[in-house]
Amino acid sequence: MTWKQTLTSPVGRKFVMGFTGLFLIAFLIVHAGLNATIFMNDDGATFNAVAGFMSHNWIMRILELGLFIGFAFHIVQGLMLWKMNRAARPVKYSMKRYIPKIKWYSRYMGLLGTLVLLYLVMHLAHFWVHTKDELYFGGSEVNLYERMRDIFTQPLWFVLYMLGLASLLFHLLHGFQSAFQSLGMNDKAWTPLVKKAGVAYSVIIVVLFALMPIAFMAGWLQ
Amino acid sequence: MEHYTMNLTLKVWRQKNSQEHGHFETFQVKDISSEMSFLEMFDVLNEQLINEGKEPIAFDHDCREGICGACSMYVDGRAHGPWEKNTVCQLHMRAYKDGDTIVVEPWRSAAFPVIKDLMVDRRAFDRIIEAGGFVSVNTGNAPDANAIPVSKVAADEAFDAAACIGCGACVAACPNGSAALFIGAKVSQLAFLPQGDAERASRVRNMVDQAAKEGFGNCGNIYNCEAECPKGISVGNIAKMKREYMRASVTTGPAGIRE
Amino acid sequence: MVLDSKIPAGDLKDKWQNYKDHCKLVSPANKRNIQIIVIGTGLAGASAAATLGELGYNVKAFCFQDSPRRAHSIAAQGGINAAKNYQNDGDSTFRLYYETLKGGDYRSREANTYRLAEVSGNIIDQATAQGVPFAREYGGTLANRSFGGTQVSRTFYARGQTGQQLLLGAYGALERQVATGKVTMYSRHEMLDLVIIDGKARGIIARNLVTGKLERYFGHAVVLASGGYGNVFFLSTNAMGSNVTASWKSHKKGAFFANPCFTQIHPTCIPVSGDYQSKLTLMSESLRNDGRIWVPKKKDDNRKAKDIPHDERDYYLERRYPAFGNLVPRDVASRAAKERCDAGYGVGSSKMAVYLDFADAIKRYGKMEAHKKVIENPSEETIRELGMQVVKDKYGNLFEMYEKITGENPYEVPMRIYPAVHYTMGGLWVDYELQTTVPGLFAIGECNFSDHGANRLGASALMQGLADGYFVLPYTIGNYLSSEIRTPAIPVTDPAFEEAEKAVAERINKLMNIKGARSVDHFHRELGKIMWDKCGMARNEKGLTEAITEIQQLREEFWKDLRVPGEVESMNPELDKAQRVADFMELAELMCRDALNRRESCGGHFREESQTSEGEALRIDDEFSFVSAWEYKPEGEVLNKEPLIFEVSKPSQRSYK
Repeated sequence: MTWKQTLTSPVGRKFVMGFTGLFLIAFLIVHAGLNATIFMNDDGATFNAVAGFMSHNWIMRILELGLFIGFAFHIVQGLMLWKMNRAARPVKYSMKRYIPKIKWYSRYMGLLGTLVLLYLVMHLAHFWVHTKDELYFGGSEVNLYERMRDIFTQPLWFVLYMLGLASLLFHLLHGFQSAFQSLGMNDKAWTPLVKKAGVAYSVIIVVLFALMPIAFMAGWLQ
Repeated sequence: MEHYTMNLTLKVWRQKNSQEHGHFETFQVKDISSEMSFLEMFDVLNEQLINEGKEPIAFDHDCREGICGACSMYVDGRAHGPWEKNTVCQLHMRAYKDGDTIVVEPWRSAAFPVIKDLMVDRRAFDRIIEAGGFVSVNTGNAPDANAIPVSKVAADEAFDAAACIGCGACVAACPNGSAALFIGAKVSQLAFLPQGDAERASRVRNMVDQAAKEGFGNCGNIYNCEAECPKGISVGNIAKMKREYMRASVTTGPAGIRE
Repeated sequence: MVLDSKIPAGDLKDKWQNYKDHCKLVSPANKRNIQIIVIGTGLAGASAAATLGELGYNVKAFCFQDSPRRAHSIAAQGGINAAKNYQNDGDSTFRLYYETLKGGDYRSREANTYRLAEVSGNIIDQATAQGVPFAREYGGTLANRSFGGTQVSRTFYARGQTGQQLLLGAYGALERQVATGKVTMYSRHEMLDLVIIDGKARGIIARNLVTGKLERYFGHAVVLASGGYGNVFFLSTNAMGSNVTASWKSHKKGAFFANPCFTQIHPTCIPVSGDYQSKLTLMSESLRNDGRIWVPKKKDDNRKAKDIPHDERDYYLERRYPAFGNLVPRDVASRAAKERCDAGYGVGSSKMAVYLDFADAIKRYGKMEAHKKVIENPSEETIRELGMQVVKDKYGNLFEMYEKITGENPYEVPMRIYPAVHYTMGGLWVDYELQTTVPGLFAIGECNFSDHGANRLGASALMQGLADGYFVLPYTIGNYLSSEIRTPAIPVTDPAFEEAEKAVAERINKLMNIKGARSVDHFHRELGKIMWDKCGMARNEKGLTEAITEIQQLREEFWKDLRVPGEVESMNPELDKAQRVADFMELAELMCRDALNRRESCGGHFREESQTSEGEALRIDDEFSFVSAWEYKPEGEVLNKEPLIFEVSKPSQRSYK
C-alpha cells in the first residue's frame, strides 16, 4: 500500500480533510488572537505592529505558505468529495425529512464550505492582497487598522462579513468534531467533551471575529 | 391501546425494471387497522391491485420480524419510516392517522440499482463482505472455544457491531450514499476480537476499496446512518474502521493484501 | 421398498468415528473436477457450501433471497446447545444425546441423534474462531444458560440473536469461498425441479427471480438445505418466503418424505390480531425462565390483568406440572395453552391468548438487587425500578419488539402470548449419510427429518443445521462422490434437462393461464385455516379426514380460480408465491394422511384418541415406533416404514409432573 493509495482512498481523503481542518482551526485561534489586539483601542498601534511582524518575518512567511497549502488541500479535497458523493446518488429522493437528532448544517458542509471560500476570497482581497502588494511589488504602505475601519464601516461589507462569519460558524460547529471522527478519534468517554469543546470553540472564535466589524460599526473603536 | 381504522393516500414509486424510468403512482387504501404492520398494509393494497387486474407492487421482505434485513422502503423521507431503531416491517400503522398521505420510495444509491418498484439490488454489500468481512478459518481448524479468552467488554462491543442486519438503511439515509457504517460494523466487530487479528490490515483495506469500487460515497460524519440504523449501530465503529485503515496503511506493504 | 438407514456397526459411541475411519475419500485432484449444487444458504446450506468449497469442490449455491445472509436461520433467538460441559455441571455427549432423543419422544434415530451431540462441541469452536460474538463471562470464557428446562447449562448464546450471529459467521465463510471462486452464488434464484439422470440426482432447474427465465444447472450431487415447511399453515414464525418447493419437487422425483405430520408449535408467540395478519412473531423461549404463565380462573373474565387478584389467577402450567412448571417442553406448553383457551379462559380481545407475566420476576430481582446494593427497607418503587433494570438487561430487545408490534408496554401489563407454528421435524427421509432415497440427493438441516423425532428441544435447531453442514455432510458426501470421479460434467443440453425445464415451463404457463378471480394469498390463507384447525395442535380422525377432502377441494379451486398477475419472463413475486402455494396444497394432504395414519400421540403430534386419563399424550411404542417414509407415486402416496431400534436408550413415557 503506497501513501498515494492511502491518501486517495475514501478514508484517506477524509483524513486529509480532518487533518487540514484541525490545522485551519488552529490557525483561526492565532488569527483571532492577534486581531483581538484591536480591542486595546490604541488606534491600532499594537495591532499594526503585530501585523507587520506577521507579514515581514520570514518564519511567518514560510508558515503562511503552509497555511495556503492547507487551505488548498482542504478546498480541493472538499470539492472532489462533494462531486463523488453526488455521483453516489444519481436519482434523488423526492421527499426528504430531517431526522430529529441530526443537525441540519452537517448535511451542508459543501455549501457552507463554498460560502466560506467566497468569504475568504473577499477577505483576502480586502486585506492580504494589499500587504503583499506592499511587500513584493512596492505598493504603498498599508495601515491595516485603518483599512479595517474603512471596510467594516461600510454597510455592504459589514453585512457580507456577518454572513461570511455565520457560514463559518456552522462550518466549524460540524467541522470541529467531525475532524476528530475523520482521524478515527471517537471514544465514549472523550467524544462528548470534544463535541462540547467544538461548540465552545466555534462560538468563541466567531463571536470574537464578529465583534471586530461590530466594534467599528458601532464606533466603540476609534 | 386504542385501535382505530384509517383511510390513506399512498404515493409509491413504480419502476418496471432497472432499464426503464420510474414514476410515482397514487393509490387509496381504506379501512386500514392501526394494528397492522406497514407491510401488511402493502399486502392489503396489493390484494386490491390484484383484484383490480393490476400488477401488485414489488418490495423486498422476508422475516417480518426485523432481523433478516430484506425490507427496505424510504417512507416519507425516512429510511424505514418515522420510528427510531426500526425496520419497515416492524413499523405499525398506529404511527399514522386517518387521511394521511404517505410517500414510499426505494433506497436510492448508485450501488443499489432498482430491480423493480421498491426492490433494489444490494449485492454490493455481499461483495464488500467477500473482500474481507470474515476470518479465514477452514472448518475443523478451530482451537477449543475457550482457548483464547476474550474480555466480556470486548465481546459485548463486538456484538454491538455485529448486530448489523445488512439492510442498507445507512446508505439510503446518508446524504452521501456512503456505506461506512456497514463496513465499520464488520471491521470493528472483528477488530475487537483476537480471532480477527491475523487479517486485520488486509480486511479493512480490501473492504474500504471494494466499497469505493461499488460506487458508494464517502462518509461525511453526518450520522444519519446511526440515527436510522434499525440496530442503532454506533458511528464509533466508523472511527474505529478509520483507525484500522490508517494503521493498516503504515504497518503493511502490498504483501498479504488481495488487490 | 426396504429403507436402509446405513447405520454403521459398533457401539453407539463409536459409530461416527468408525464411519469416518472407513468412508471413502476423494483426492484433492479429483475434488477440483466435481461440482456440487447446494440449495439454500441458511445455517445448514451456508456452512455446507463453505466447507465443501474449502475442501476444493466446485459449489453452486442458490437462495431465493437477495443475499445468502437473509436465510431464516437469522431469526433464531435463544441459543445453540453443545455438550461442552464448560460449566462442570455434569453435561456430556451422552446426556445431550439422551435428552434430545427423549425430548423427541423416541421418534428419532439413535445413531443420528448421538452423532449430533458428538459434533456439537466442534460447532462452538468453529463459530468462535470465525468471530461469532458469543456471550462471555468477565473472566473471558464463554457463558452458558439453561434453556428449555434442561438441568444443565449448555446453551451458548449471543444475546437474543444467536441465529443471526451464527448465520453471519457461516455467511462470512461462504463469501470467502465466493471470493476464491470455489463457490458461485446464485441469489434470487429458486429451485423448481430436480434433474435425474440414470437414477442419480444430477442437477436442477431454477428460475432467476429477477429475469423470470428458467436456468439449468448441473451438479455431480445436489444438496438440499431449503428449510422447513411451516408456512403450509399460512401463519407461522417462518419467513414469508420459506417454502417446501425444493423438497417437494424432489419428493415427486423419488425422495421419500418422512414424518410430514411432525410440526412444532411454539408456545410463546405474539397472538394473531386480525385477518390481515401475515406472519407470527416468536418471543424467545428464554422468557419462560422468568415469566409466569396464567389465565383467569373465571371464564370470560374481562377485567384487566392487573385488576385480577392473585388467588383468582390460574397458573396452569405450575398447577399441572409442578416439577417443571413454566419450563415444560414446547409441545406440552402449547397444548396446555390451547386447552385453557378452548375451555373459554383465554384473554385479550380474541380470547385466544394467555398471559406471560413478569411482575413477580421484577419484584424478585428487585429485592435481590436491593440486597446486593445494600439498600435497607427499599420502597416498592425502588424494588420495581431495580427489578425492571434486571429484566431489561436480560430481555430488553424482546420487550422492545413486543411493544413495537402490540403497542403495549410489557413492563406494565403482562404479555399476551399464544402458540404458533414454528418448526417442522418432518422432512425428506435421509439415511445416516444424509442421503435421500434418490442417489446423489442429500438433505441437511430442517429440510431433513432425522434428529429431532416428534419434538425438537429448544436451542437444537441451530445445532443440527451447523452439525450437518460443517461436520457431517462434508464426510458423507465424499463417500458418495468417490464413485463419481469418472463422471464428466454432464452438459445441460442433456435431454433430461430439456424435459425437466419443459415441465417446469408448462406448469408456470398453466398457473399464469388460469386467469381466475382470486389471489394466491386467498388460497394460502384458506389452506392455513384448514391445517391449523384440523392438523394443528390437536388432531383427530374425523378432523383429519375432513381436512383431506377440504384440501382436495381447495386445490381444485386453486387450479380453477387463481389469478397470477404480471408476466412470466420478468420479476413476478406473485408467480413465485403461486408455485410455492401449489406445492403446499399437495404437501398439506400428505401431512393429514400421515397424521391420520399415526394413531398415537407423540411429541408435537397429539392425537386426541390417544391420551391418558389426565389428558396427557399417550405414545404407543409397539405399534408406532417407526419412521413414516412416504413414497410419491402418481396414483397416490405409499407408506414405507423404517423401524426405530433403540439399542441403548429404551423408550419411556415422558413425564413432567
